[in-house]
Amino acid sequence: MNNVARNQKIAFGALSVLGLLTVFILIYIIGYIVSQGIHMINWEFLSTNPRKMGSEGGIYPAIVGTAYLVLTTMIIATPIGVGAAIYLNEYTSRGKITSVIRFATEALAGIPSIVFGLFGFAFFVILLKPITGGWSILSASLTGVTMVLPTIIRTAEEALKAVPDSLREGSLALGTTKWQTIRSLILPTALPGIVTGIILSIGRVVGETAAFLLTLGGTILIPHSLMDGSRTLSLHLYMVAMETGAMDVAFGTAAVLIVLILIINLTASWFFRRLIKRFS
Amino acid sequence: MPTIEVNQKEATSLAGTSSVEQNIQIQSENLDLFYGDFQALHNINLDIYQKQITALIGPSGCGKSTFLRTLNRMNDLVKGVSIKGKVNIGNEDIYDKAVNVVELRKKVGMVFQKPNPFPMSIWENIAYGPKAHGIKKKSQINEIVERSLKQAALWDEVKDRLHSSAMGLSGGQQQRLCIARVLAVEPEIVLMDEPTSALDPLATLKVEELINELKQSYTIVIVTHNMQQAARISDVTSFFLNGKIIETDDTAKIFTNPAHKQTEDYITGKFG
Repeated sequence: MNNVARNQKIAFGALSVLGLLTVFILIYIIGYIVSQGIHMINWEFLSTNPRKMGSEGGIYPAIVGTAYLVLTTMIIATPIGVGAAIYLNEYTSRGKITSVIRFATEALAGIPSIVFGLFGFAFFVILLKPITGGWSILSASLTGVTMVLPTIIRTAEEALKAVPDSLREGSLALGTTKWQTIRSLILPTALPGIVTGIILSIGRVVGETAAFLLTLGGTILIPHSLMDGSRTLSLHLYMVAMETGAMDVAFGTAAVLIVLILIINLTASWFFRRLIKRFS
Repeated sequence: MPTIEVNQKEATSLAGTSSVEQNIQIQSENLDLFYGDFQALHNINLDIYQKQITALIGPSGCGKSTFLRTLNRMNDLVKGVSIKGKVNIGNEDIYDKAVNVVELRKKVGMVFQKPNPFPMSIWENIAYGPKAHGIKKKSQINEIVERSLKQAALWDEVKDRLHSSAMGLSGGQQQRLCIARVLAVEPEIVLMDEPTSALDPLATLKVEELINELKQSYTIVIVTHNMQQAARISDVTSFFLNGKIIETDDTAKIFTNPAHKQTEDYITGKFG
C-alpha cells in the first residue's frame, strides 16, 4: 500500500474512532443515569406530591412547574421572536442588520446562564415585583425569554432567508401584497425551520437550572398562578440531592429529564428532516 | 440572407393598413430606466398590440428583460431603480402615483425564466392567486383550477394527482403549471421572460404550442434569446441593443428583410 492510501486509511480510522467515541460518551452518560434512575419511574412517582422535602414520594409539582414555565416562556418568546425575524428579513434590507443580529445572538449565547439568572433576579424578581410577584413563574419565564429570544430570532431568520426570492417574485407577480405573500407563502414554507428553532428553545428551557434557581423560588407547592413560585425538574433534582441526599429520587428525576430532552430533540430532528424534504 | 423559418403570415407593415383592426394595449413613451446612475433603458418607444405575440430579442444585457419588468412594475422591487417617461396600459400611465400596483399585476401576469412553483400541491399553486383575491367558495376555486390547467394544456397529465406536490413535476410541467397559475387570476396581458430557456427541446415545443394557443385570448410579450422561437411564434418583433430599440416590425419582415444592419448582423449570428 503506498503512502497516500495508507494515510487515507489512518485518517479515516482516526475520524471513525472519534465519532464513535462521541456516541459512546453520550450513550454512557445517558445509560448510566437512566439505569440508576429508571426503577424509580412509575405512575406514582410522576403524579404524586413529594414528602419529607422531596426525599420520598413523587415529583409531580416539578413536572407541573416545568410545564408552566415552558408554556409561559414560549408563549411570550415565540410571537416576539418570529415577528422580529419577519420584520428584519422581509421589511428591512438584508446585510448590515443581519450581521448585527448574528453577532448579538452569538454573544448572548456565550453568556453563562447564571448571569441571566442574576439579571432576572435583580430586574424581574426585585425591581418588577409588583408586576411579576417576585419569585414566580412569570419572573422565571421572562428571564427564559431573554435567553431563548436570540435563538428564536436567529433560526426564524435563517428559515425565512432560505425561502428563495423567486417564490416571492412569483407571488407578487400574481397581484398579491407583501403581507399576503408572507402569510400564505413564505411563513408556511419556512415553518419547519421556525418550528425546529422553537423546539430547540423548549429544550433549552427544560434543561436550564442556574437562571431559574435565582428567579423561580423553588417552592415545592403546586403553583396556581403565574405569580406563584415553583420548581422545575432540574431544580428539584438539585435541591433533593443537596438538601436531602436522597440520590435515588435525584436519579429518578434526572431520568425523567433525560427522557423528556430526548423526546424534544427527536421531535426537532423530525421537523428538520421535513424541512430538507420541502426543497428537494 | 437570414435563413430562418418564418410563420406564414401576410407581412403587413405596422404603419400601413392592415386587414385586422389592431388595438394598442401597451404603449411605452420615451421610457428611460436607471439602476442608480447607470442608464439601462434609453428612450424606449414601443406599441404592443392586443392579442398578439410581441417578441423582444437582443443579446445578453441589452435591456429586454428590464423593459419587460417595467410593464408590471416588477422593477419596483429592485433598490435604486428610477424611471422617466410613461408606460400606458389602457389609457393610464401605470407609473402614476394613483395606480394600485397589486391590481396592475393581476391584469399583467408574468412567467419567469426558471419555473418557480410554490412548495405546495398542484391544486394549491393554482388556487393561490384566486384565494388571495378573495375567492372563497371551494367549488368556484375547483372550477378555476380545472379551467386554468386545461388552458395550460396540463390538466390531463395532472388531473389525478392535483393534491400531490408541485415539486414532483418535470421542468416542462412546472413551467406550464406556472403559466396556469398566472391564467388563474384572469390577466389581460401575459409577460414571459425567456420561458423555455430552462427547458429541454420537447418541453420547449409544448410550451411554444401553448403560447400560440394563448394569443387567442391574451396579449403576450415574450423575451427570448432564441431567434428561431421568436420567428416561429411571434407576430411582432422588437430588437434591443444596449438599452435601445433598434427596430420594431412585423416578425416576417424583421427576419427576412430587416431595415437596419445591426438587426441583420444579430439575426445572422454575427454577434450576440
